[in-house]
Amino acid sequence: MSDPLVIGGRELTSRLFLGTGKFASNRLIPGAVQASGAQVVTVALRRVDPDFPEENIVNFVPEGCILMPNTSGARNAREAVRIARLGRAAGCGNWVKIEIITDNRYLLPDNFETIKATEELAAEGFVVLPYVSPDLMVARKLAEAGAAAVMPLGAPIGSNRGLKMKEMIRILIEEISLPVIVDAGIGRPSQAAEAMEMGAAAVLVNTAIATAGDPVAMARAFALAVEAGRTAFLSGPGEVQQYARASSPLTGFLRDE
Amino acid sequence: MEIILNGKTVDVAEGLSIADLVAQKKLNPQVVIVEYNYQLANKDSWPDIKLRSGDRLEILHLVGGG
Amino acid sequence: MSFYEVYRRFKDFDFTFFFNQLTDSDILRAIGKSRLSELDYLALLSPRAENYLEEMAQKAHHLTVQHFGKVILLYTPLYLANYCVNSCVYCGFRVKNDIERKILSFEELEAEARVIAGTGLKHILILTGESRKHSPVAYIKECVGILRKYFTSIGIEVYPLDEEEYAELISAGVDGLTIYQEVYDEDVYLEVHPAGPKRNYRFRLDAPERACRAGIRSVNLGALLGLHEWRSEAFFTGLHANYLQNRYPDVEVSMSPPRMRPHAGGTAPRVVVSDKNLVQYILAFRLFMPRGGITISTREGPELREHLIKLGATKMSAGSCTAVGGRTGAEKSTGQFDISDERDVAAMTRVIYSHGYQPVFKDWQSI
Repeated sequence: MSDPLVIGGRELTSRLFLGTGKFASNRLIPGAVQASGAQVVTVALRRVDPDFPEENIVNFVPEGCILMPNTSGARNAREAVRIARLGRAAGCGNWVKIEIITDNRYLLPDNFETIKATEELAAEGFVVLPYVSPDLMVARKLAEAGAAAVMPLGAPIGSNRGLKMKEMIRILIEEISLPVIVDAGIGRPSQAAEAMEMGAAAVLVNTAIATAGDPVAMARAFALAVEAGRTAFLSGPGEVQQYARASSPLTGFLRDE
Repeated sequence: MEIILNGKTVDVAEGLSIADLVAQKKLNPQVVIVEYNYQLANKDSWPDIKLRSGDRLEILHLVGGG
Repeated sequence: MSFYEVYRRFKDFDFTFFFNQLTDSDILRAIGKSRLSELDYLALLSPRAENYLEEMAQKAHHLTVQHFGKVILLYTPLYLANYCVNSCVYCGFRVKNDIERKILSFEELEAEARVIAGTGLKHILILTGESRKHSPVAYIKECVGILRKYFTSIGIEVYPLDEEEYAELISAGVDGLTIYQEVYDEDVYLEVHPAGPKRNYRFRLDAPERACRAGIRSVNLGALLGLHEWRSEAFFTGLHANYLQNRYPDVEVSMSPPRMRPHAGGTAPRVVVSDKNLVQYILAFRLFMPRGGITISTREGPELREHLIKLGATKMSAGSCTAVGGRTGAEKSTGQFDISDERDVAAMTRVIYSHGYQPVFKDWQSI
């Protein structure tokens, strides 16, 4: 069955986005990308340390993937916009994940600055995927600002704690017409399946795969979980029935006319 | 003369261009991007931009990230 | 964007085919969901769902109590004028109907207001026919100024206005708009509105949205049941309510399911909508819009209205009169239609209490 996810005019067949941070070695990345089936791969922009030049991450991402730089390090909208432009100049195309964080304890995003950055970058023609705390009013404003998707966190970044924000994310899925991509916090394939089952458009996973004992095998496990969850969502799962026929019926007065 | 490179004060020769500096640091010009005094500096412009004392330079590249 | 675009998506939808392919488990699944899709709602309006009315009723009852409590808000309609330039085939006020035409003077209005206020009601719905000559916006505005002394909530059910006019009435003290599309099917709409400004389908369809943009606090929609196939009309009414609720989250959206009643120069309903059909509509709407208001007027009879208290109704009229000046005037004019539940406010209050519910006279004070 054809069930593409369309973002920024691109048709994606994979609903698992992969982050490339925290891998023990860049050499693990190609295998993990392949096993995950990911078509959208996130990267970050950093200062070069001239004394310890690193390898170019782009060489480890299989060709054909959409490279989506994040704006990590940005503390406000202005910095996020600046980083996004640099990312595009670095050859990443026009996708960008806005990530604006001033909170060093929990690494929670600044929704207000994120809306401002989204507005500016969308107007410049970027395909903007903002990373936010799940909040309906914020998501509505992001949609108005021209975001291509909304990426609520399931739990704080890197916490592997799963869908702690489940009820809020469910509301976004129900109310927002943009794709809702759960980003951050997903630590287990079962949690990815859970997000997909409730109607998330995709999930973005990094830490759980990068820091697994066998990242390639874990990438495959996530791919299977995302597919299972999506298929379950599409197949219309049976609902838990709470409303049986009562002993004192409310409709007993109706006669067939 | 002194310039600020990636937040650190460094000593460079007078009249050095951005292209010279990138080569001197053995950086791959294909993968780094340069911000010169907060403005993105196009690769084509690197040989023409002669550094002056107090200039602010950011040399960046893509790394793993989520 | 307009609701018209949503309407157009389903204009040529094959309702019969959709209803025929539904299975029992489709119905049960829709009943079990916490958030229904448009097509889930349609499934619950299907003939097949008639087999599950009790399950729907249990959930509708539960949702209503959860979101509104055990309360029924009471209001009453007040007809200001019955001059009308339209030719709606189903209406007693239509231009060619030879009835006595009347418009309340401000003194008469004040007298009516005093009588109604004496019953304890604080929510009033004022109505006129469509005549910008006899009952212009300026007149309505002046009436609102008088009624503010007696009532805390003033709704209008008048001809469709433009956004500035809505804003003007809102600033004068109007907080609610009731406007029925009457029939959502565009072709049938044109048939039953053969002449007059009401022929403009789009202008009427977009009226609630204009009021939302003008800052109205609540809107009440409806299709007049009996003009066309009720299942699709109920469907479009629900979609319209959902559309407005999505775009104007701060507005209270509600619907009325009015059934055609006998009236002067009467035409028979084209489609008979039974009690069972009406109940199915109310239940399906409640499941689709758990927070949506449902208004039941005195078009319905006493027994049915009492049953509907537990099935999702949130608002009922009482002590109604559809004639201009009908509460005070010796010279009583012809009503728009005949009402079925003639009980006064005191009687309705007792009835609501007897079902374990609380009648509410006031839930809003504009300041």
